Amino acid sequence: MSAASQIAEKEGLKEVTEIVIKLGELQQIEPALFSFALSQLKTAILRNTKFRIEKDLAELKCRVCGRKWTSATAGLDEETKETIHFIPEVAHTYIRCPECGSPDFEIERGRGVWIESVKGVRPDD
Amino acid sequence: MTDPRTGIIRERLKGIRKIIAVSSGKGGVGKSLVASVLALTLTRKGNKVGLLDLDFTGPSSHIILGAGELHPREEKGIVPPVIQGLKYMSIVYYARDRTLPLRGTDISDAMTELLAVTVWGDLDFLIIDMPPGIGDATLDILKFVRNAEFLVVTTPSQLAFETVRKLISLLSELAVSVIGVIENMKMKDSHFIRQQVEARGVRFWGEVPFDPELEDNIGDVDRLLETRFSRALAKLIEGYLVRQ
Repeated sequence: MSAASQIAEKEGLKEVTEIVIKLGELQQIEPALFSFALSQLKTAILRNTKFRIEKDLAELKCRVCGRKWTSATAGLDEETKETIHFIPEVAHTYIRCPECGSPDFEIERGRGVWIESVKGVRPDD
Repeated sequence: MTDPRTGIIRERLKGIRKIIAVSSGKGGVGKSLVASVLALTLTRKGNKVGLLDLDFTGPSSHIILGAGELHPREEKGIVPPVIQGLKYMSIVYYARDRTLPLRGTDISDAMTELLAVTVWGDLDFLIIDMPPGIGDATLDILKFVRNAEFLVVTTPSQLAFETVRKLISLLSELAVSVIGVIENMKMKDSHFIRQQVEARGVRFWGEVPFDPELEDNIGDVDRLLETRFSRALAKLIEGYLVRQ
């Protein structure tokens, strides 16, 4: 909320109409729950803001053999998924390349939570 | 694209009076033991203390503390459990006792995440057990924790001091506070480290003797704090930190 308000302030918006937030799959955050949490934290400039929550599917790429794969957390138990939710990089402890078995992979997509875009109204609009 | 974690980290750390990063250019000089005993000593003097282990690929402070099976709880972030009277946070809660092979960029991301999720509350001191070297963790602490002060650990070896010298040089160039240098594992009389440190305008806290009994007392905090190592360190802490 504070980051969104700062962007609005920097861009000189009098009202923010829409914020698109990307949720990395590895964060294991339930979009509906996240949306509710955001609605509880609205500041004045965000009072009429529509939040669009979009999932960024995880895509991993092995740095050793080059194999790319998705559905990386399938097969992991709930407790392990939860540890990855807090610190996605611990995926390197629990996930291996399906091709060569290496733990040396890149999380190309699907980590983090970030503001993709902010739409709003300028005073002269 | 804005990473909201930068602002969150500032919020998470705002209730902390003093943040001390226990650091060294070199591995194996006793950073984790110094950081843990420093945190424990300050706690036993009645301070509210946190200890954060940022050595993700080689965490060891949980063994020093005999941390056992405690886990953080979730409440508007992650609240570290209290172990031996101090709030203790480490990657071991998440990687457990398994290997965590990480490249630099992943270390940086994991560190940012840990700083962003950990709820410390009000503390007198946050002690950070830094990984060896002048890599991602050091650069990220300089980036995210602008008020961190560095306590640098070296051994009497000129090989250890060679990297410590470079760390001090970087911190001085960036006008980052170095509160002191500790010469650990002292075995014979020599003024080499003291002279080198003082020549750079940095405070030399003093020497901590090599203690052959230390290893046998790791994991038992009461016994650990009675070792020659801990008693020598406690004197330095009393002289340079508590009475400041």
